[in-house]
Amino acid sequence: MEFRTLVFYFLAAILVFASLRVVTLRNPVHAALHLVLAFFSACGVWILLQAEFLAIALILVYVGAVMVLFLFVVMLLDIDLDRLREGFWSYLPMASIVSLLVVAEMVLVLISRYWGAQESDVPQADTAYSNVRAVGRLLFTEYVYPFELASVVLLVGIVAATALTLRGKRKSKSIDPSRQVFVKARDRLRLVRMPAEKRD
Amino acid sequence: MTLAEMQFAVPELRIASAEILLLAMACLILIVDLFVRDRNRTVTYLLTQLTLAGAALATFAVGTGQVSYTFSNMFVSDPMGDLLKLLVYISVIAVLFYSRAYVLDRPEMARGEFYVLGLFATLGMMVMISASHFLTVYIGIELLSLSLYAMVAMERSSAASTEAAMKYFVLGALASGLLLYGMSMLYGATGTLEIPALADRLFSGEVNDRIIVSFGLVFLIAGIAFKLGVVPFHMWIPDVYHGAPTAVTLFIASAPKLAACAVVIRVLVNGLIFVSSDWQMMLIILSVLSMAVGNFAAIAQTNIKRMLAYSAISHMGFMLLGMATGVIMGDPRFIVNAYSSSMFYVVTYVLASLGAFGTILLLARAGFESDEISDFAGLNKRNSWYAAIMMMMMFSMAGIPFFVGFFAKLSVLQAAVAGGHLWLAIVAVFFSLIGAYYYLRVVKVMYFDPPTSAAPIETTLDVKLLLSLNGLAVALIGIFPNALMMLCARSLSDSIVF
Repeated sequence: MEFRTLVFYFLAAILVFASLRVVTLRNPVHAALHLVLAFFSACGVWILLQAEFLAIALILVYVGAVMVLFLFVVMLLDIDLDRLREGFWSYLPMASIVSLLVVAEMVLVLISRYWGAQESDVPQADTAYSNVRAVGRLLFTEYVYPFELASVVLLVGIVAATALTLRGKRKSKSIDPSRQVFVKARDRLRLVRMPAEKRD
Repeated sequence: MTLAEMQFAVPELRIASAEILLLAMACLILIVDLFVRDRNRTVTYLLTQLTLAGAALATFAVGTGQVSYTFSNMFVSDPMGDLLKLLVYISVIAVLFYSRAYVLDRPEMARGEFYVLGLFATLGMMVMISASHFLTVYIGIELLSLSLYAMVAMERSSAASTEAAMKYFVLGALASGLLLYGMSMLYGATGTLEIPALADRLFSGEVNDRIIVSFGLVFLIAGIAFKLGVVPFHMWIPDVYHGAPTAVTLFIASAPKLAACAVVIRVLVNGLIFVSSDWQMMLIILSVLSMAVGNFAAIAQTNIKRMLAYSAISHMGFMLLGMATGVIMGDPRFIVNAYSSSMFYVVTYVLASLGAFGTILLLARAGFESDEISDFAGLNKRNSWYAAIMMMMMFSMAGIPFFVGFFAKLSVLQAAVAGGHLWLAIVAVFFSLIGAYYYLRVVKVMYFDPPTSAAPIETTLDVKLLLSLNGLAVALIGIFPNALMMLCARSLSDSIVF
């Protein structure tokens, strides 16, 4: 076995393990940390494929930004963990029957076929080949239409989040000096003329 | 190939001018709205309507009647797309007219975002309609769905609308996942995401694995079925239709159906026609189940929005019936007939749906939704013209001659019979008969029950005119259906390339 293949299987094993832990762990913080581990392993696989730009983007965007934010949210939410997972195992028989069936169906279909792990034909690029440049060039030429549309999707996300959460200006009790200066007596005081009442 | 050799043709932007105009105007309106002091957002509203009219002009002016591609074959412009886009603009314009008073009565919705999100949703539909690449199909669907989720949730104080938005969002995300999974499998099998190239590879047999194609197809159809809302992927429809503010329900129930129909034609007919024997059976199952569940469940409803939701499920099932009978034993002669009758069906459904929800919006007031069937009691005594319009909509949906829905049902049925699926046609007629019961119940309530409210029905002149026009369209196209039918057939036969 080549060293590359060894590294691949090592990373893949960690990836599968971490992904399984993400869905089985009781503690959401631990689950999020395992997701980070899964991202790291996936990024290792991408580096093996010589896609270093995508690997770095994955780390920067998902691990650096999204997952850390996610961890903050999970920690802030203060979820009652035990109540969340109550009755989790009671779903096990049904869930396992369903998933076993799906797996069995897929195996039945695939087993009849020749099943061989083929060597991946990774392009053996020369050293001058730049991944970043290639991705950038494609993004702004061939894929400019979906790229621009993706930015519109993000814009809609911003508009939607603002529309759904902004509750107008908070009513603060701070004092506005300019309005204080301009206030007049009649703004504050109202004189009411009332008929005199006779006392019994 | 080195980087220096990479050739890139600057995309022809003229073809996509309607999309570009709409996007630019949506961004502009977003900014203009910041400076609008008016609580009614009249400026935003008028600008939105003008933008839609402008986009319609652009689509009309640019359309050449030919199939042309741009943006590296990711965008296609053809007569079918142009026709559907024009219908989308018309229905969104009608939606905005109908929902104006409803929105003004509810301060949480009377904000600029309602119109801006509506425009973005329209852009999403346009992208879906002119998509010729799986990436653009997906992004169009996401753009539409994301805007709709937010619009459903806009009435923040209503628990029902928040719940509806949550259900819609979670199930929509699941459906997107299924769709993407299917697309990635097809990519793995054929090595392309371009829809015409996919058809070429399937035709020439340059496919790595036929089984992966079938697997991908299952996921793809499940994803599309989710978005269409057909059984067994229909669970979100009743809750979303019921929970969403009626103005948004009207939006969801009209134009997106046209875009979904376009996606089905683009993906299944343009891309996967050579594996049609695989997907036709799936569509037949989805179709029969939808007609059964939709029509039976609608009988039990007391809420008219929920009833129309189940009716939407059954109508989408009926539409799929036409889609499922295009190719018989590898013989593509019936393609144009079957798919154009499906398209005609969707157009007529959208027309009737606009009128029906428009009437519900007409009766709604501040703090009163008017969404129970009993709220329509004695409508004839309160205003006989509106009752007549609602009756025409119900008759059209039930498929009673001579309203437009009848000819739509008839043309789908004859496509099914021509495709050799006589039993399917019989099943469809049977379920339509069951469906007629709950449509006629609304008519009975309107004409024979005593009115529960004597409040006069007030509305603005534009809504009065548009609703009358809508009612007349359902009746007149019902008497002269040929023009619209021919338009659908011709645009489709000019657009499908083999």
